[in-house]
Amino acid sequence: MNHVDLQVGPDEIVGLVGPNGAGKTTLLNIISGILPPTSGTISFCGKDITGLRADKICRSGIAKTFQIAESFPNLTAQQCVMIGVLFGNSRVPSMNEAQTLALEILADVNFPQEKTGTLIRNLNVVELKRLQLARALACRPKLLLLDELTTGLNPKESKEAVGLIRNIRDRGTSILIIEHVMSVIMGVSDRIVVLDHGKKIADGRPYEVVNNQLVIDTYLGDIDAF
Amino acid sequence: MLTVSGLNVFHSNLQVVWDLSFHVDKGELVTMIGPNGAGKTTTVETIIGINRKATGSILFDGESILGSRPYDLFKKGLALVPEKREIFPTMPVIENLLLGGTGKKDPDKTLDRIFRLFPVLRERKQQKAGTLSGGEQQMLAIGRALMSEPRLLILDEPSTGLSPLLTGQVFRSLEQLGREGMTILLLEQNVRNALAMCNRGYVLENGRIVQEGKSKELLHDPRIQKAYLGF
Repeated sequence: MNHVDLQVGPDEIVGLVGPNGAGKTTLLNIISGILPPTSGTISFCGKDITGLRADKICRSGIAKTFQIAESFPNLTAQQCVMIGVLFGNSRVPSMNEAQTLALEILADVNFPQEKTGTLIRNLNVVELKRLQLARALACRPKLLLLDELTTGLNPKESKEAVGLIRNIRDRGTSILIIEHVMSVIMGVSDRIVVLDHGKKIADGRPYEVVNNQLVIDTYLGDIDAF
Repeated sequence: MLTVSGLNVFHSNLQVVWDLSFHVDKGELVTMIGPNGAGKTTTVETIIGINRKATGSILFDGESILGSRPYDLFKKGLALVPEKREIFPTMPVIENLLLGGTGKKDPDKTLDRIFRLFPVLRERKQQKAGTLSGGEQQMLAIGRALMSEPRLLILDEPSTGLSPLLTGQVFRSLEQLGREGMTILLLEQNVRNALAMCNRGYVLENGRIVQEGKSKELLHDPRIQKAYLGF
């Protein structure tokens, strides 16, 4: 990363795009405390969170999903979400309450009800994606970081994901999302930030960004092909 | 080249693929589309010998391969770009690629072609594969499969995690491989690009083929447009 300035406002959905290897995932990893920045600051709700541990940052209200949706293969879907409910926020509910909350959150993201007791290793891609989202939401974040949530989904499934993402924002969570699927990122983002080689090369409304020649050359290519 | 007939596949005792029949002829580019959970990955894992709990028949060049081991199929000229990439994260990029070319006479020539296709892999050839970005790992998985100079290349969602520009490049290079005579079976969610690139397509839903035909016909089929293209 090279002198990147980025802001996400309240109730805002910001899309982060850029060529492979541009540093998108790295940026989300730095914001969420998985990696420390070498220099620069990150502030959240007026507080400096630079260099805090990932679990502290999560409890302060920033949750994240991961590109490859694999975690705890031998837990059930419900147990996985309970981890977020129990440990992702400073308020710790009782075990019974956590079980109920986990099921409610899974229902919110349209996770199939009959599979809440299924081991994670037996879930398919769509179910894993919904589960990841549920686990992140279980932390009750004020800012949600989504790393390629709709990757591996077909256009119809992606459309459903867009609806889910909008719902989450409408309930008061800001979102910073990495996505290569143009119909998703253009359709869902209020603003788009483009990274290339660790530098910000564009920041603006979706229609401004798709018409930016530098963005077309480095990222979009022949957009008519999509 | 590849003929699958009456294939049934099981996970434990659960049947996930039902009476599947399809074929890929020499030099053809064929795509299989369908929603997640339809059984596409299970089908290729059965062809490639990872999943052997199956009945029916799979012929490769007229020879039955159902139940064969993956490494024997690799020697026969089958290569897979797996959905989850499955690169070796602690090995350098170059070693990942050379592994794909095991037993080949002239791996350097193929390597050169792959570096032209994905220049970033040349830049990063000494870097541990696990430190690559998601999209770069996808390029490496494709490159590794190409290193074996396969006669049948199977790709399970190669566009996953690639930028639009790079997705276009990958599809164009697959088309180019097709023109050079490579036979390709492509599983994709990027239905529009997949159908634009391939001659024929199959639609898989709930473990069964529900539709098949020329790509042009499928692209203009109202049911496909509604279910897969998001119209």
